[in-house]
Amino acid sequence: MKRRKFDVAALPGKSAGAVDDRFQVATPLRKLLNKVFPDHWSFLLGEIALFSFVVLLLTGVFLTFFYEPAMTEVVYDGSYAPLVGTPMSAAYESSLNLSFDVRGGLVMRQMHHWAALLFMAAIVVHMLRVFFTGAFRKPRETNWIIGSLLFWVGFLAGFTGYSLPDDGLSGTGLRIASAIMLSIPVIGSWVTSSIFGGEFPGEIIISRFFIAHVLLIPALLVALITVHLGLVFKQKHTQWPGPGRTNENVVGERMFPRYALKQGGFFMVVFGVIALMGGLFQINPIWYFGPYEAWVVSAASQPDWYVMFLDGSTRLMPAWQLTIPIGNGYVIPPLFWPTVVLPGILVGISLFYPFLEARHLKDRKHHNLLQRPRDVPARTAAGSMAVAFYVVLTLSGGNDVIADKFQISLNAMTWAGRIGLLIVPPLAYYLAYRLCLGLQQHDREVLAHGVETGIIRRLPDGRFVEVHQPLTAVDGHDGHGELDYVGWVVPKKMNRLGALGPAVRGFFYPIERPAEAPVSPGHPPVEPRPERAEVGSGESRR
Amino acid sequence: MTSDNDRRRGLLARLRGRPVARSRGRRRLGAAVRLIAALTLAGGAYTVFAPGVQAQENPPLSAAAGEGKALFDVSCVTCHGRNAQGVEGRGPSLIGVGSASVEFQVSTGRMPMARQEAQAMRKPPQFSDEQVRQLGQYIQELGGGPQVPAGNDLHKDANVAAGGELFRINCSQCHAFGGGGGALSSGKYAPSLRPASDRQIYAAMLSGPQNMPVFGDNQLRPEQKAQIIAYIQENLKNNQDQGGFSLGRYGPSTEGLAAFLIGIVALVFASLWIAGKS
Repeated sequence: MKRRKFDVAALPGKSAGAVDDRFQVATPLRKLLNKVFPDHWSFLLGEIALFSFVVLLLTGVFLTFFYEPAMTEVVYDGSYAPLVGTPMSAAYESSLNLSFDVRGGLVMRQMHHWAALLFMAAIVVHMLRVFFTGAFRKPRETNWIIGSLLFWVGFLAGFTGYSLPDDGLSGTGLRIASAIMLSIPVIGSWVTSSIFGGEFPGEIIISRFFIAHVLLIPALLVALITVHLGLVFKQKHTQWPGPGRTNENVVGERMFPRYALKQGGFFMVVFGVIALMGGLFQINPIWYFGPYEAWVVSAASQPDWYVMFLDGSTRLMPAWQLTIPIGNGYVIPPLFWPTVVLPGILVGISLFYPFLEARHLKDRKHHNLLQRPRDVPARTAAGSMAVAFYVVLTLSGGNDVIADKFQISLNAMTWAGRIGLLIVPPLAYYLAYRLCLGLQQHDREVLAHGVETGIIRRLPDGRFVEVHQPLTAVDGHDGHGELDYVGWVVPKKMNRLGALGPAVRGFFYPIERPAEAPVSPGHPPVEPRPERAEVGSGESRR
Repeated sequence: MTSDNDRRRGLLARLRGRPVARSRGRRRLGAAVRLIAALTLAGGAYTVFAPGVQAQENPPLSAAAGEGKALFDVSCVTCHGRNAQGVEGRGPSLIGVGSASVEFQVSTGRMPMARQEAQAMRKPPQFSDEQVRQLGQYIQELGGGPQVPAGNDLHKDANVAAGGELFRINCSQCHAFGGGGGALSSGKYAPSLRPASDRQIYAAMLSGPQNMPVFGDNQLRPEQKAQIIAYIQENLKNNQDQGGFSLGRYGPSTEGLAAFLIGIVALVFASLWIAGKS
């Protein structure tokens, strides 16, 4: 009698076959798992945002177990002595208990907050990458719009979350938000009283913001992120131009196993960085701000960094009040322009930029290859201008802290911001434009004349010339070769041309031996670099 | 009785009734007596009400105040004047500021000032504690004013939580939630409270130095001042930050900076590393 042999090695294949028999998933799954993603570090910036969002969901769920979204007044009697006996809202009390009495609560709260800052930061960095490389062009305009919306929805998520602890800082932020809503002509007071359920602060706003923060906005974010990623799948990822890469193909790694493994590892790294920041750096110490009371406003009350540009625009806005002579005079407060009109314009420009550019360039083609920022000077310069504008506003949002810590007059900071807002962006445009042209010119120069070797040769007639290493066979005419620029990196150093022998691979430590050891029989041992003959002017006096 | 003649006579004469003829000698004597009486009255009133030139010198200075005056005449007189009456465009009068003000300004090194600017800043003090006391004594004896109670520990057994409430209402607007200080207009600022001692905080509240409002004893009672000092010393200064490194307690500005400089930089390097492993 023959013993039945259990073949372990065949088990995965057999079970997979059994599953496919029943569900017929092999074909779609094969297509999915074989999906090719191009590989470049700048394509991973969006993932930082995605993984921060996952951390946000995980830590956020933990926080909801202990947070109480109510404004009923209680007297604190927890373990943080300097607030014992202070009347406060239940929301603030539960935030304090979460920080001091729940095991691991403080690190979770801090991770949640750091993840939120990183989420928004990664969105912006990813957006800049997409913008400066032209990845938003047809057919990907929709995904650009979704990405921009993700920033603004994330902005709302951040603001509602910032308001939930109901400490002095969040209350101050809420007060400003209510003032911004009030400044909207005609509908302002109705909007405010319907959101706050009457006068500010009312008794309902925390519960409303809570449900917006944990249900409505995350649902919207999840939906937008899903469509965003689905479109990347459907439309395929863009890639850099280069050997073998065309507008019609995608060169890279398959989704499974390499890409999935790398992404899994990257998620761990993002999680680790957020956990380290949550554990090492204190963020939003709500216990110092105390419960929100209308008469308590601390110095250095700022919003989180992604809202700070609105604070900055408010600080820079001159007190120009518009009175419309209807009836007793209708007043549009100066707050309306920097906090409602300006963000409105910014949203509009950012959403419609792909169409504006395509219309301007009369460009209706599909673009799957990226552009180097230097090759599109006008766009790069416009982007630099936008970044400069945003940076000036953001710095002005913290101008009191800058003024205090660097001992500058606050008034000088305000005026520097006002003047800077008008002068720095055009300057950034000009500088970026010139920089792009200069880099382009250098690329063309290297392609035509070769790489600078740093070797100076003295000719018999006494002239000095630098020896160039041509990148292609010289046609003998005037030392020029014919090489077209293909939109990718032009080697500019001899090291890139193999002057130092094969490059040592590995980021932190060499993953292959640089020296003689042959890697494979087909790979001959590397010859040591031949001793370079001294370059002289002929006879040497030796 | 209402004749023209009657109307021409003076008021006193009319009250007195019928004029009585007096001899010339008596009238002259009466005039002299009235003159002397009026002069004496006027002179007396002047001596009583007017600040005499002699008045300042009159009460003799105590020994400590004498030492203080000697220090004052060397180090302070340039800007505050010979008798601490102030010099136009250089320094204010010190009459009535009290030893609290002297103690705050001199013991924190703000006075003597390095130069005229928006606000004097904290420096290593130029005078020893003993000298500060002598200077304060001199100014106190010169014009009076608020004084800091004796002792170095002014917050003993005070309620920290009550102090926190008072701190947030009265102090955090300028000195910020963590006591790190903040900007005011035109180069002025509220300094950090971290280096301040009990006596210096108390003196600052009493005297309202530079741009700080005065918190007199009818605004903040002495026990409330003690509570505020307790909150600053016991909680803001003594306490470690529960959440880790505080990033300077500058609020969300440095947090945003850290998100980019630490978080994004670390993650971009991680993405370079991961993308490099192909």
